[in-house]
Amino acid sequence: MLILDVQAPSTGQQFETTQFILPEDPLIVVEPSKAWVAVNLRDLWNYRELLYFLAWRDLKVRYKQTVLGVLWVVMQPALMAIIITVFLGMVAKVPSMGHVPYGLFAYSGLVLWTFFSGAVMAGGQCLLGNAQLITKIYFPRLIIPCAVTAGRLIDLLIAFVVLTMLMAYYRIALSWSILLAPLFVVLLVLLALGLSMLTSALTVKYRDIGIALPVVIQLWMFVSPIVYPLNLVPGQWQRIYALNPLVGIIEGFRSALFNRPLNRWALAASVVVTTVLLVYSAFAFRRVEKCFADLV
Amino acid sequence: MPTSSDNLMKPIIRVQNLAKEYTIGASKSAPASLREIFSGVVRSPFKYLRRNGRAANEKFWALKGINFEIEPGDTLGIVGSNGAGKSTLLKVLSRITEPTLGRAELYGRLGSLLEVGTGFHPELTGRENIYLNGSILGIGRKEIERKFDQIVAFSEVEKFIDTQVKFYSSGMYVRLAFAVAAHLEPDILVVDEVLAVGDVAFQRKCFGKMGDVSQRGRTVVFVSHNMQAIRSLCKKAIWLDEGQLRAMGDSDAIVEAYLQANASHEAVMAVDEVIASLPPDPNFQLRHVSLVQDALPTNLVLSSKPLDVVIHFSVLKKTPGLHVYVELLDAEDTVILQSINNGDEPEPPVVEAGDYACRVTFPAEFLAPRNYEVVVRAGIANSRSCLPVPVRLPFDVQASGRVNRAYPGYVTPGKLAPLLNWETEFSPRKRTQ
Repeated sequence: MLILDVQAPSTGQQFETTQFILPEDPLIVVEPSKAWVAVNLRDLWNYRELLYFLAWRDLKVRYKQTVLGVLWVVMQPALMAIIITVFLGMVAKVPSMGHVPYGLFAYSGLVLWTFFSGAVMAGGQCLLGNAQLITKIYFPRLIIPCAVTAGRLIDLLIAFVVLTMLMAYYRIALSWSILLAPLFVVLLVLLALGLSMLTSALTVKYRDIGIALPVVIQLWMFVSPIVYPLNLVPGQWQRIYALNPLVGIIEGFRSALFNRPLNRWALAASVVVTTVLLVYSAFAFRRVEKCFADLV
Repeated sequence: MPTSSDNLMKPIIRVQNLAKEYTIGASKSAPASLREIFSGVVRSPFKYLRRNGRAANEKFWALKGINFEIEPGDTLGIVGSNGAGKSTLLKVLSRITEPTLGRAELYGRLGSLLEVGTGFHPELTGRENIYLNGSILGIGRKEIERKFDQIVAFSEVEKFIDTQVKFYSSGMYVRLAFAVAAHLEPDILVVDEVLAVGDVAFQRKCFGKMGDVSQRGRTVVFVSHNMQAIRSLCKKAIWLDEGQLRAMGDSDAIVEAYLQANASHEAVMAVDEVIASLPPDPNFQLRHVSLVQDALPTNLVLSSKPLDVVIHFSVLKKTPGLHVYVELLDAEDTVILQSINNGDEPEPPVVEAGDYACRVTFPAEFLAPRNYEVVVRAGIANSRSCLPVPVRLPFDVQASGRVNRAYPGYVTPGKLAPLLNWETEFSPRKRTQ
């Protein structure tokens, strides 16, 4: 270990001594948190850039070494739609919604479903997957599930481009009702976010969730009107069926797209269930967040 | 530091009665999976009910009753042995984990550096990682754009900036990561032992950067096991011991107190065993050997104070040419010097029977901050050795007081570091025009 030059490295900068005017009140107070504060929105807003970068990282890493890259975003629901159209639409003759071609009907549902299942599956693992980050630096932990959902949302928006093209191909007449479609997407995003928060928080304590989640998601697809319309469910069961928040969202989205009557009960149930879930998840997340760095 | 007198009164960090409790084996005794809950309830339902679903775990305080204040522009070092709560304190201050009791008020933006390269992703390129890591550390995108060239230049990986980080050598990776971190400009910088990475030259660069940060009037809180780093970078220090604040004050004083408290007595015991197991010699018997500093036996030595080697022995019968001597060895077993108890005599003297006590002193400001070994030997001139097994006393030297070191992080390359006197005459060069 021979060091010849003793000169301290020059950074090429002049020392500029900053003169602090200390604020009257502390900028940050570190203390045991209060149980009833679920989300610190201002803190979240301050870290919005990190949200952007984490979502961007998620997207970038996912498609970095794939040949087709972002094309997969379109391919995934498209391939599913083709298979389902052939087997369910043509062979099993599952009805569509009104006069809408079955292929388009299935694709419109599968696009939302691909987003939802992808976001929840990735969301469940997001806290454990970022343990390295969480134990080394502070940022609002809520950023992580938000970033996962945001990353998948970009996928969804790309898939929508193809959906629009399909609609043009099938010459679906556009109506004002299509302006309602974003509302259902927002509702779906909130639902996915709520579930991500809840499952990721639970996964920290109970790793079982990580194993059970794929099974639950699979089952969920069958109890949601994705490859079949809501009215295939017997009338007396429809109200209970609609307690599944995806029913109101997917049916509503299609109603907006294809200018069909809106199922108000299903929509109301979706809004209520999603809101309750979101609030509950925020508290569950908060509780785990406090001791997360100690648990992993 | 040119802070206003008003600010001098006011701390930038105020820690009040801060405490953090951990549950030992939290992940073990809390049911780890649903199956364990079920089986637990089935096997011992009453126990489960009594506990109200909560396992009665053993708890311990990683931090307890911590109070201190830091003034703006101060550099505070935190010393303490492993498990003393140093890292916990940093984690609580940087809001990674919540305190159980008490509070800390921070009157400035805090940036923490508990690891270099937090959030680096191997699949992303160097350029992408700079932006990502920057945003994780709390540097805005605009700020990174502005400093981008500076960061790349500091990291010395210009050529590979658009290569995926997974193809980097570990040195390149660390350099890039530190480069981003070094351009973090919070009011308060919290640093864990991240400087123990990279080659010596790079470490020096990092120390230089940390020096810059504090010279610019920013507040730095720094944890390290490298006492020299604490001494050279920090004005003040606190000493944590089993979660409690044992002392706070001037960093030199704290480091010395900490080191002396931690000198181990095990080595001293081991030497006694070696001496006891020596085969008997008809002429000579070694009774006791020890290293003594400040009147205490030790194996952790401060370079600012003299070090004594104390040797007690008995001469069993009148022996011509008997001598005892010590050698100073470095970590590679190279003999640096040898010194004989009666080496000044014109010829080997005749030694009378009786008990002897020798004290040989290494002067202060003589040893370098490194590992040495003192070896004690004895023999009869032109005849034989009296100690078939040499008695070895290993010890560490920690730099203290005046040190032959110009810059933070500078490692003395020599085997010894006596403080030499320099006299310099300077005459300015005349400008020829």
